[in-house]
Amino acid sequence: MIEVLFARVHRFLRRILTRPRIDLPLTFSLIVLASIGLVTLYSAGDGSLALVGGQAARFALGGALLLLISRIPPPVLRSWTPWLYAISTGLLVVVAILGEGRGANRWLDLGVMRFQPSELLKLTMPMMVAWYLHPRQLPPGWKDIVAVGILIAIPAGLIAEQPDLGTALLVAAAGAFALFLSGMAWWRIGVLIGAVAGMVPVAWHFLHQYQRDRVLTLLNPESDPLGNGWHIIQSQIAVGSGGIFGKGWQHSTQSRLDFLPEHTTDFIFAVFSEEFGLIGVIALIALYAFIIGRCLWIAMESRDTYSRLLAGAIGMSFFVYVFVNGGMITGMLPVVGVPLPLISYGGTSAVSLLVGFGVLMSIHANRKMHL
Amino acid sequence: MKIRRSIKDNRGESILFRRRALAGFVLILLGLCLLIARFTFLQVMHHDEFVTRSQNNRVKPRAIPPARGLIYDRNGILLADNVPAFRLEVVPEQVKDMPALLTRLGAVVPLGQDDLDAFHKQLEQSRRFESVPLKMHLTEDEIDRFAVNRWRFPGVDVVPYLTRRYPQGKLFAHVVGYVGRIDADDLDRLDPVRYKGTSHVGRSGLERSYEDVLHGTPGYELLEVNADGRTQRVLETHAPTPGKNLYLSLDAHLQKAAEMAFDGRPGAAVAIDPRNGQVLAMVSVPTFDPNLFVNGISQPDYSALTNNPDKPLYNRALRGVYPPGSTVKPLIGLAGLETGMRKPGDTVLSTGVFYIPGQSRGYRDDQRGGVGTVNLVQAIEMSVNTYFYKLAMDMGIDRFSAFMGKFGFGRPTGIDLLGESSGVLPSREWKAANLHQPWYPGETVIAGIGQGFWAVTPLQLAHAIATFAGHGIPYAPRLVMATQGVASAKPQPLANPPSGPSLIRNPADWDVVNQGMQMVIYGDKGTGRKLGIGFPYLMAGKSGTAERYSRTSDAYNNNRNTAYLASRHRAWFVAYAPADNPQIAVAALLESGAWGAEAAGPIVRKILDAWLASHGGVIPGSKRLPTVPAGSEQQAPVPDIDDATEDVPAQASTGATP
Repeated sequence: MIEVLFARVHRFLRRILTRPRIDLPLTFSLIVLASIGLVTLYSAGDGSLALVGGQAARFALGGALLLLISRIPPPVLRSWTPWLYAISTGLLVVVAILGEGRGANRWLDLGVMRFQPSELLKLTMPMMVAWYLHPRQLPPGWKDIVAVGILIAIPAGLIAEQPDLGTALLVAAAGAFALFLSGMAWWRIGVLIGAVAGMVPVAWHFLHQYQRDRVLTLLNPESDPLGNGWHIIQSQIAVGSGGIFGKGWQHSTQSRLDFLPEHTTDFIFAVFSEEFGLIGVIALIALYAFIIGRCLWIAMESRDTYSRLLAGAIGMSFFVYVFVNGGMITGMLPVVGVPLPLISYGGTSAVSLLVGFGVLMSIHANRKMHL
Repeated sequence: MKIRRSIKDNRGESILFRRRALAGFVLILLGLCLLIARFTFLQVMHHDEFVTRSQNNRVKPRAIPPARGLIYDRNGILLADNVPAFRLEVVPEQVKDMPALLTRLGAVVPLGQDDLDAFHKQLEQSRRFESVPLKMHLTEDEIDRFAVNRWRFPGVDVVPYLTRRYPQGKLFAHVVGYVGRIDADDLDRLDPVRYKGTSHVGRSGLERSYEDVLHGTPGYELLEVNADGRTQRVLETHAPTPGKNLYLSLDAHLQKAAEMAFDGRPGAAVAIDPRNGQVLAMVSVPTFDPNLFVNGISQPDYSALTNNPDKPLYNRALRGVYPPGSTVKPLIGLAGLETGMRKPGDTVLSTGVFYIPGQSRGYRDDQRGGVGTVNLVQAIEMSVNTYFYKLAMDMGIDRFSAFMGKFGFGRPTGIDLLGESSGVLPSREWKAANLHQPWYPGETVIAGIGQGFWAVTPLQLAHAIATFAGHGIPYAPRLVMATQGVASAKPQPLANPPSGPSLIRNPADWDVVNQGMQMVIYGDKGTGRKLGIGFPYLMAGKSGTAERYSRTSDAYNNNRNTAYLASRHRAWFVAYAPADNPQIAVAALLESGAWGAEAAGPIVRKILDAWLASHGGVIPGSKRLPTVPAGSEQQAPVPDIDDATEDVPAQASTGATP
């Protein structure tokens, strides 16, 4: 029994090593990124090895899931898509009902572990949009655009209601990117953006008071010295004092002296900027740009509409993380809970990102063959 | 939807996608360049400025918690106060080895597990330079011992703070409730900015339901610190906004009289002003000292409370459910009149036993052999079961529960306290939903005398009687009458509009039932005929004796001594006064009382006496009974209230008649 299992594992490992189904440039850049993450975390967490070890364990779990998912062919993923979407949206409804009457409710307690169903939507949302557009004639007309809009709005609305604006934004963006990549006409995009801009004053009404406060705080950070305003000011001081070359690894005074809040999670980019300066920031952003570009490359090479749209949307939504997090720590965007991918400390986001890259690897493995 | 697969142009789509992907990538690069531009702006163009700010980053904000709002009774007697106390606080960044420090400190000042749990949780949520409370309410002895050893504990300090005190002790424990130290669970629930620096939060009673009003908004001060993080001086102070004070509609004298009337016997009483829903008294006996809970109750104290068979922590007025027995008969009679099933003159022959036509099971009257022919007024006066058995039968359960439901039975009254019980209003729907059984006619019959599935809280019954007494205008019961923003400002009354028009269609129906309830007190055969003696205004009331167990043997009929019956009965009495212009409605319950009027009636009477005394013995606009000459009636002694407030005139302290 054990020997059979052992032989199987052996064969599996050999196949991965000899005939890699995974894309090597993407894998390599992810490893570099994760390493930068661990190094920065070591410094931001005051040299806590427990913190770094925990994060490394999550990377290992995410990496294993990545390998596992890369073995599932895209047509299988496609056939599962409606179910995955329905289950993850259903879980959001469960969380909304169970959590009635409490402050912020994102978590589902499974006894052994708690997880946020909204995290699943980051993947199932672009899958669903790609699934919907796959058999249809592209570019999509208004009818399909409205249908996709509804598919996006239901879970995004439920997540925004939790309230978790950051994740709602990421989920909606992932779906919207799939629609964009399907070739939706530019003039239609223009009309939609105009409509959304027109809705902003209406949406303002539906925001929670604390969410409005965050936007207003952005305009005048000094008004909120006990909460987010303090975060923004201290984060900007950290970034600005880093200069071009940075203060050097483990020399972030802002983080060390505890002026910087959440310096291992949402604000870790500020620590990175303080220690490695503009040079480091540009290198990191270039690495992100390379990963996004590689995802789009994989998308272009893939066989069918579903794979193309899904791979492209996953890659492009990676950009939203970087842009929103970077905008937040530099005081350009309001404080919303969006982590810096594979750098911020935190389990669910690291694992779910790597699962997404697993899907990309699967699409890569089933690409068009250049003969 | 028809999908034209044949036309799907995979190659065209591929090219389209390629173009889109490129366009998207260009947009993304532009976005990333914008981000880099922003970093350049901060890191290159404003680098010098931020370096200076980083080096001079010596200013740290510190929250100043707001003072919690005070709670007063309707006459300004203080029920919840803030008094200075001392606690132990730790600044984490000044401690090298926290576990070792806590162990050493524990030898000087005893630290409980609760203290340590809350401390560790709060430690996680605080910045390292922020002082975190470790142990509340130090005794003088502890302060002295720490002072001697202080040099051994850098980063630990004794800090003054305001703690909650309930000057009336156990008298208001079930209504005002108490605050408790913020624990690990609270920290997940509360807004961290608003509760920064706050150590206590409302745990029960009004302290909990009005937490938002009482808490206030924290202020902050900007401190200049040196390189080690030690405070050099305060640069700026922004004062906190204290929480609002609450003025309750409760009258401390009434509350005291009600509690004393129980003499320690388990039970509950609620008095409500029918004209506006204001709760004048609300007691649950036995009770407890809320001061024990404020800074963490000791294990022996807590066990003593939880092991007490009379359950002092249990709020009987709000949560206890009991069959209402005959106390609901006046309302059932009203239902008969209002639905047109009965006219005031309609009579029923009481023979001692009532049978549903065609069934052999008999339903008893209280009097063996019955009382003969009675109309509604007499049926209420003598509490004649047969009249109400038949009325309930004729009305049917659906009409019965629809009418009674309007008076608030079977659902929370909407009082401004949390955790109210709903009780049970017998209905077909309730039985189907909870017991999954069909409704039987016999159940309608016993519902007619407040037995069977019926279950009400003392609050619900007081609310229903108050609603009736107020001519059917439905007001939700309210404990808080007004809030007061800043100490000097006038209290702002809280609006409590009626939830709808009068529940009584024909005022003449009210008059009939009111007459029946007056006959309970003044009729020759009234069940409460001793209760009105000496009270100078018209009273109306109704007794209720509910059975805890069903009668299984003849022992009941042969063994009518009081002690035996008390173990089997719940005694109720409800009343309102003055009957010609009702201004107070009371419901009192004794968990073990032989008969409603004899056991619970005197409690109600004492509450009414105290109420009258607090009005100086005169109720303007109401008929004064000629049998009792003005000024010569026996005044009930008004209990003394230990009033902690000095500047508030105790206008309602004695029963002097003008």
